Amino acid sequence: MDKVLRLARANDVVIFSKSSCCLCYAVNILFQEIGVHASVNEIDNDPDGREMEKCLMRMGCSSVPAVFIGGTLIGSTNEVMSLHLKGQLIPKLKAYEQKATS
Amino acid sequence: MSYPSTQFAIPRQMGIYEPFRQVGVWRETFSGGNSSNIGASTIVEVDSNLENKIGFGSHESMEPSGNDQESHRSADKVQRRLEQNREAARKSRMRKKAYVQQLETSRLKLAQLELELDRTRKQVAYGGSSFGGNHMGYNGIVDSGITTFELEYGHWVEEQHRQNIELRNALQEHATEIELQILVEGGLNHYATLFRMKADAAKADIFYLLSGIWRTSVERYFHWIGGFRPSELLNIVESQLEPLNDPQRLDFHNLKQSSQQAEDALSQGMDKLQQTLSKTLEADQILIGETYGSQMGAAIEKFEALENFVSQADHLRQQTLQQMCRILTIHQAARSLLALGEYFQRLRALSSLWTARPREPSAESYAS
Repeated sequence: MDKVLRLARANDVVIFSKSSCCLCYAVNILFQEIGVHASVNEIDNDPDGREMEKCLMRMGCSSVPAVFIGGTLIGSTNEVMSLHLKGQLIPKLKAYEQKATS
Repeated sequence: MSYPSTQFAIPRQMGIYEPFRQVGVWRETFSGGNSSNIGASTIVEVDSNLENKIGFGSHESMEPSGNDQESHRSADKVQRRLEQNREAARKSRMRKKAYVQQLETSRLKLAQLELELDRTRKQVAYGGSSFGGNHMGYNGIVDSGITTFELEYGHWVEEQHRQNIELRNALQEHATEIELQILVEGGLNHYATLFRMKADAAKADIFYLLSGIWRTSVERYFHWIGGFRPSELLNIVESQLEPLNDPQRLDFHNLKQSSQQAEDALSQGMDKLQQTLSKTLEADQILIGETYGSQMGAAIEKFEALENFVSQADHLRQQTLQQMCRILTIHQAARSLLALGEYFQRLRALSSLWTARPREPSAESYAS
């Protein structure tokens, strides 16, 4: 649990994924398209991977990708896509940027 | 003089009285719910028609006599009969029109079925999968989930056409905002139903859904991950929407951009999946017997990812529709849904025309 939270806060945008997961890849591409660099943690290549997966599920994210912005869990692909179409994804990113610099 | 109902039937069987036969034919065409209603009124109207044409005047004999009263009543009766005739003639014209329309629809359907039959025959003859990976497969077993989907999708399309007509009428007749709101919500719910149906079909056979074989050929040309492109929706609708006020214009532009970005991301993800699947099946990975099994297993696991992609694509479609309606006024939203509905209807009609086009019979290709 600690590891997940620690990694989640390590960067502005953090994606927990699996190396074989192409949806995770797609979400990463989306962030790139809007000019954001997301840091990707592949839990299947992590020795604590299974624990991390359980932790993410307990936090409410049942599948990868699990996306964190500013240390807060946003959700999986569905949530990210919905936010983006509502025009709320970029403001969320900007809001965290401003908080970080203040 | 009595008019037993059987008297109506007899001339039809004998084929003597033209008007009876014509109406009888049209009535029989509408077998199903409608016919009983049409039939009942038909009998009444044609009955009075019959009076005029064949000249049975015995109805009058039931009225009390008295010259003045009689001439008044006769005049009234004449009026009434003329009125009934007009009514009958009008209804007759409407029925004829509906009949002709139904004929034309059937003709197109027949052409479609012939094409389908042709395709199936070829598939059986050559034993391989035809274009699009038809669900019938090699052993002829049809997945019931797919059969259900095809049936339900047929109904879905019919309902869509009905909703288009309703929207068009409402807009032309300047319906109230509340009425339009109901229609817009109905439209959005209808799309939601489609996505639910597709989710079930994806579980039954993801390749069937991906192939787009369940749509018409022209729709398939525009296919993207199991359905229409979300960004295409916005393009179709844009021209309908002028004038947009400034906040709307910006929101619309942003929505276009985000849906395009989301689409690109999913497209690239799909490409990656294709590459991954291909890699999983590469020959040099077959080392020993049991590896073959695990290789196949790994490949099949990837199919679940396909389901997820189609699900995401449908989610994107639904979100695009909803956000679009949120940005627009009710009136604009109604016009947009109508524009979309009619656009897809036109694609389907185009496919039907294409299917029904005159072609050289295949026997000629063997002539030389």
